[in-house]
Amino acid sequence: MQYEVVIGLEIHVELMTASKLFCGCSTTFGGEPNSNCCPVCLGLPGSLPVFNRRAVELAVTAALALNSEVQLRSRFDRKNYFYPDLPKAYQISQYDQPLGRGGYLEVELTGGKRRVNLERVHLEEEAGKLVHAGDSIIGAGHSMADYNRAGIPLLEIVTAPELHSGQEARTFLEDLRSLLLYSGASDCKMEEGSLRCDANISLRPEGSSKLGTRAEVKNMNSFRSVELALDYEVRRQEQVLSEGGTVVQETCHWDEAKKQTITLRGKEGSSDYRYFPEPDLLPLVLEKTFVENLAHQLPELPATRRERLQEQYGLEKEEALLLTSNRELGDFFEAAAKQYPGYRHLANWIQGDLLYQLRESGKRLNEIEPGLLVDLLLRLDEGRINRPVAKELLAEMVQSGIDPKEAIKERGLEQITGRDNLLPVIEEVIANNPEAVDNYRQGKKKALAFLVGRVMAATEGRADPAELNRLLQEKI
Amino acid sequence: MQLYEHTAAELSRMLQSREVSSVEVVRSFLERIDQVDSYLKAFITQTPVTALDTAGEIDSGRMRGENLHPLAGVPVAIKDNISTMDLRTTCASRILENYIPPFDATAAAAVKRAGMPILGKTNLDEFAMGSSTENSAFFPTRNPWDPQRVPGGSSGGSAVAVAAGMAPLALGSDTGGSIRQPASLCGVTGLRPTYGRVSRYGLVAFASSLDQIGTVSLNAFDCALLLNLVAGHDPLDSTSLPGAVPDYTAGLEPGTKGLRVGVISYSSTEGFDPEVTETVQKAAALLEEHGAEVGEVSLSLTDYGLSAYYLIAPSEASSNLGRYDGIRYGYSAAGDNIETMFSRTRGEGFGPEVKRRVMIGTYALSAGYYDAYYLKAMQVRTLIRREYEKAFKKFDLLLGAASPTPAFKIGEKIGDPLQMYLSDVCNITDSLAGVPSLAVPGGFHSSGLPLGLQLTARPLQEQLLLKTARFFEAYRGQVSLRPGLEFIEKGGGSSAV
Repeated sequence: MQYEVVIGLEIHVELMTASKLFCGCSTTFGGEPNSNCCPVCLGLPGSLPVFNRRAVELAVTAALALNSEVQLRSRFDRKNYFYPDLPKAYQISQYDQPLGRGGYLEVELTGGKRRVNLERVHLEEEAGKLVHAGDSIIGAGHSMADYNRAGIPLLEIVTAPELHSGQEARTFLEDLRSLLLYSGASDCKMEEGSLRCDANISLRPEGSSKLGTRAEVKNMNSFRSVELALDYEVRRQEQVLSEGGTVVQETCHWDEAKKQTITLRGKEGSSDYRYFPEPDLLPLVLEKTFVENLAHQLPELPATRRERLQEQYGLEKEEALLLTSNRELGDFFEAAAKQYPGYRHLANWIQGDLLYQLRESGKRLNEIEPGLLVDLLLRLDEGRINRPVAKELLAEMVQSGIDPKEAIKERGLEQITGRDNLLPVIEEVIANNPEAVDNYRQGKKKALAFLVGRVMAATEGRADPAELNRLLQEKI
Repeated sequence: MQLYEHTAAELSRMLQSREVSSVEVVRSFLERIDQVDSYLKAFITQTPVTALDTAGEIDSGRMRGENLHPLAGVPVAIKDNISTMDLRTTCASRILENYIPPFDATAAAAVKRAGMPILGKTNLDEFAMGSSTENSAFFPTRNPWDPQRVPGGSSGGSAVAVAAGMAPLALGSDTGGSIRQPASLCGVTGLRPTYGRVSRYGLVAFASSLDQIGTVSLNAFDCALLLNLVAGHDPLDSTSLPGAVPDYTAGLEPGTKGLRVGVISYSSTEGFDPEVTETVQKAAALLEEHGAEVGEVSLSLTDYGLSAYYLIAPSEASSNLGRYDGIRYGYSAAGDNIETMFSRTRGEGFGPEVKRRVMIGTYALSAGYYDAYYLKAMQVRTLIRREYEKAFKKFDLLLGAASPTPAFKIGEKIGDPLQMYLSDVCNITDSLAGVPSLAVPGGFHSSGLPLGLQLTARPLQEQLLLKTARFFEAYRGQVSLRPGLEFIEKGGGSSAV
């Protein structure tokens, strides 16, 4: 039997606030365990939560970017459960009155652009972190609790069950990440846990409209592992079903080392979190103008920008896709494009040499001045430097921040062109390498390359390659 | 007359005129505590050293001519569910027996800022759950009017401290009558302010939507003095009310002309002592005699109020008390795995009444029961609010009993939770409505035990309550409101419970 895969994602992103959702503690990642804590985020007896306005702004911004309908009145509820990382034994979350209802994201999936719908977007607080003795939650002898993370504002985004493969889930997540980065709501660092994803996955006979029994997959720590874990889960469920078995509703853990999912706990129905309205907070009431202002401040989002880059600069789809993968890259391109008309040439240099040098040096794009790249490319186009020199200068520009214009002048890197300048060098090389000249005259084409190389060496690589070639052939 | 026999206002005046020093005042109360508390057991923790230190600082400040708060140097007792920095705050529970908060409740900070020496932390029913102070994990507190009887609860320790002259003022907390009922049973004045008038920050939560810090004092004026200090908006408590705080000591001249008073008529007075009803009627007659327009108001939802309260409060409690899991602070039992650790910690750390309410609340919030219990109770609460709004269109003030009976015997109701719950029947609907409510001594039962009246006003109308309480004080005559405590002088009286 052919099965259709049905996947819904539940994504948590930490909002980029300086302080936590309900207290003034810092949200900085990586501090000494339990150093960014206070009575409120530790849930000490008698402490009370107070809203962080900035978190509400970022949550609304993200909801708007996700086309979710922002509710002017939403409410916080307590989600009650016992776990050592949860200081109050309840999480302040949103239940039946979330901040954002619905929403969607347009994603390029196999078979073209598709709208993936969202169920809801809501604001809640982050739990602490447990560090297990040993390397896995299973069989750990003891665990240590770090509450630095507890109380960081978290946005939960729930998709409709509308994704159909690990690959689709991954693509969706990549687009979601880029969107959230653009909106400035989160830094979405999966490796630091500021973007996390759980997936509900089930199989059903093709053509059926009834959802199959689902498994919830957790602990997928990269986009790649989301894809791998879901593909693994598809194969596992397929096997169970094809052998006539039934899939059991369960929560499983992706084991990155073993590349397989492991059952964490079985579920009988859904857990009873005994939600009820949080009596320590008033309902969240937003002014209409507050939401409208945030909507106006929303930057151009990646999908729109992609189309505009193609149209305005005549870029190919792939080029536009790469340049919009994060906001800074697109901004860099557009800043440079203002001063440089060779758009595709510029795009090629950015996605090729510039990104390569950034990766190599560990530098960040915002440390590079777009005007410097423009200077470099203009000199290349004018023939004042040659391509190898340009590449070398770009590397130095990224690594040590030199101004290529100055370097060209100071080091005399300008290309040597013109008969008068090149001929003396060429004649000297011919005189010093009679053997190679003979070889060339006898038809060995390779000898010409050798002679070109000699001239280049003598001019420290600055000779105009085309003219050099022409003059050399003319002379011998 | 001993210093400990004075009201807070008198002490304040004597301190400001330098007739006495704060050290002398504090010593007098400490001696009184030494004399009677080993018997009455109002305090869980006594803090004589810090109290004398504070008193000494205030005295030297006064010598230097510093501008001091009127209550500076006047000592105070604090209920042991209000967090005090570096001073253990137990909630009368084993689970917090050794818990020392690293921060002050906003109300405790206010008391400290004013320079009030803190005499100690007073006993209560565990986590404020109870009406007799018998649910304290440590010991019950005795009623100074009759040591065989309870002082009421949960703020029994605070009420006894003030009634027996161990403190001129005390802070308490009222969730469903926990200030008013013990004040009534001990013959003192107890105010539950409007919900949100006093910050809850640092008050260990029992039922967040109902908890409110309030005052216990000898009279309405003293109450106003302390209320001035603790009332007001607190940015640390999202549910605290904005707006300026009036001077509660101003405009308290008794005046009842034209005051529209609704005397509460209960749909059922089963369980009410007839002398209680009589006392309320006498009070109504006195008001009418002095120009008030007295009518009858029937709060038909009172019966449902009790049921609604005993669903809402335990529901919130079940969630609020989840944090006592042995991981971060408080009592912690060992276990082979996390579940055993949790259940042993809570099983050994909580007393029976707390467990009962956590179970009731957990049940009421569970999937499939939420709509029938919690949600229904919240709907009843809304109806009760509306009933109050309606009543306050017709009346400025509601008058009723603060407790259906005078103090009952220790052990009398502890085995019957429903009977115990019924002892808050007069207080609970005010709590659900969030309105201010005050218990003021109304007379004595033929047994010699004090009886309290309860006055209820519109939100933020604390001044009207205080003013009317002053009226009753003025017409009370020469009755001594101090328990004799002869049983202690006679060598401890009857055997300990």
